[in-house]
Amino acid sequence: MEPFTRLTAAGLPIDLPNVDTDRVIPARFLRKDRGVPEYSRFLFHDVRFGADGAERPEFILNQPPYRGARIVVAAENFGCGSSREAAVWALAAYGFRSVIAPSLGDIFHQNCFKNGLLPVILPAGVVEDLRRQLHARPGATLTVDLETQTVTAPDDAQHRFDVDAFRKEMLLSGRDEIGLTLGFEAQLGEFEARHAREMAWAIPPRAGT
Amino acid sequence: MFEKIWARHVVAEGPGEHVLLYVDRHLLHEGTTAALGRLARSGRLVRRPDLSFATADHYVSTSPGSPTADPEARAMVEGLGRYTAEQRILHFGVGDPRRGIVHVIGPEQGLTVPGITLVCGDSHTATHGAFGALAFGIGSSEVEHVLATQTLWQKKPSTMRISVDGALGPGVNAKDVILAIIAKIGAGGGVRHAIEYAGSTIRAMSMDERMTVCNMSIEAGARAGMIAPDETTFAYVEGRPLAPRGEAWRQALAEWKALPSDAGARFDREVQLAAGEIAPTVTWGTSPQDALPITGRVPDPASVADPGRRESMTRALAYMGLSAGTPLSDIAVDRVFIGSCTNSRLDDLRAAARIVKGRRAVVPAWIVPGSGLIKRAAEAEGLDRVFVDAGFEWRDAGCSMCVGMNGDLAVAGERVASTSNRNFEGRQGKGARTHLMSPAMAAAAAVTGRLTDVRSLGA
Repeated sequence: MEPFTRLTAAGLPIDLPNVDTDRVIPARFLRKDRGVPEYSRFLFHDVRFGADGAERPEFILNQPPYRGARIVVAAENFGCGSSREAAVWALAAYGFRSVIAPSLGDIFHQNCFKNGLLPVILPAGVVEDLRRQLHARPGATLTVDLETQTVTAPDDAQHRFDVDAFRKEMLLSGRDEIGLTLGFEAQLGEFEARHAREMAWAIPPRAGT
Repeated sequence: MFEKIWARHVVAEGPGEHVLLYVDRHLLHEGTTAALGRLARSGRLVRRPDLSFATADHYVSTSPGSPTADPEARAMVEGLGRYTAEQRILHFGVGDPRRGIVHVIGPEQGLTVPGITLVCGDSHTATHGAFGALAFGIGSSEVEHVLATQTLWQKKPSTMRISVDGALGPGVNAKDVILAIIAKIGAGGGVRHAIEYAGSTIRAMSMDERMTVCNMSIEAGARAGMIAPDETTFAYVEGRPLAPRGEAWRQALAEWKALPSDAGARFDREVQLAAGEIAPTVTWGTSPQDALPITGRVPDPASVADPGRRESMTRALAYMGLSAGTPLSDIAVDRVFIGSCTNSRLDDLRAAARIVKGRRAVVPAWIVPGSGLIKRAAEAEGLDRVFVDAGFEWRDAGCSMCVGMNGDLAVAGERVASTSNRNFEGRQGKGARTHLMSPAMAAAAAVTGRLTDVRSLGA
């Protein structure tokens, strides 16, 4: 996984609350290999492109100052709904590395961490102010610094955010989480032996036995 | 209850606020084939194939006798069969009468039992919480992590208790209850919470009804929703093919009886609803929180103060092709879908059949049972004849028109009365318009051609 340390980039304001992951990537693209070169086109596909495949000029990502954005600044509950990790893959394929919002869909939130995207939760008023600045100055940049846990707004105001120490370390190092967990083998083996004794009923009988 | 289950599954206290949480059941479907592929390519093995179970539901065709047409979708279905055979995972695949929607067959096979942790790469995994299990949906990377380690790094969520008390009125059922709950707390109201549903209304529900309630927890933002196990739960589980037996059953039962939250248990948030105030409910917008009693009217965005909310309502009405002030019962529908992990179980089909019996569908209407075994059981009761005689299509098990990825789609502009769980833009097909409701309400819409108060049909 690509580590995340510090990013200065243009922000994309998305004002609509409850943007679901079906909107981020429609279901018919989920069968596509995430390695295909057109993957970034699946992002927001049905609101970004018309029936003829042409860009809808009214969609904000199609407007020139925002096209190079790498930080989404969203409204509440962005990424709600389906567990599809492809929503994060499509954002990453386009070049997004961070999502700032007052709240995020829980599964989407976890999926960000697994793909080197930093999810940042800030108070609703702060995020609303960031979006207002990004609308007022299209293409304005923000800085997201994971080490210091700060977002620097276009107006240079700094906002501190919380991030769990475990997730922070994993993102900073870009470490493989499965590899890390396999390092807990001794504890895992011990737990499994005890669990099999104390909750033997929790292991289903083999089919047909 | 949540705390009791959580505490018994902590393998290690991690850095930060995370713990390494053990997984008792991992359910797989062909939408998670990619994770199995990545694991195979990494050279790692499935740690506990005996705790992993698979079925094909998302991408399979539900048209009787037709194989999956799309080559990419077929590759996912076939890939699941191949990987599960290699890793010796029990797979209820195409052709197996036990195949069905993953959240229907887990309970049906006795895999879902109280007191366990259960995960699946699908957001509706909270369905299994109806048994007093801690069950939640995970992403594809997390699926791979569970396959390799049988664990997940998790931060403990906050807890919320939603109590519903009193008797439900005629024509009102579990779907109306959960839609009313989501409308009350909002689509983001449960974010970072595990919900426990409690109260006399919930206690009086069958397991099929409880699963409908827990299923839609994610539509309120909550990954997990659960209900304390009781005699209804135990009676459902006992004797299922993969449920504990003999001495294991006796031990399990003793532990399950101690699972319910203690009197005086504290929750981070408490919410109360009165069952008597819940009416047959439908959605009018593009979020499950956009739900109102069928006796209501399409709301007016101009009456809302919050600008973000006003904008999303305006957008929703434009997408749905609705005008503010229209009585909901005046809205004509083009199609009816009865199915999905929310409402495809035997109780659901019976409720729909009671309305359909002796009437005719006036729009195309589908019944998609949740599993092959439910289909058989319904046929044994003659429910299929009721539906077919009324002009409904009686299809094979699968996610079908809930999920928009298997060829079962509505076309742009079509308005669907649906028992599924999401009315998002494009969910049932690009440009398709979804109104969520109960099986009885969907059946009523099928026979009248418009959103209809099921009580007017004698429910």
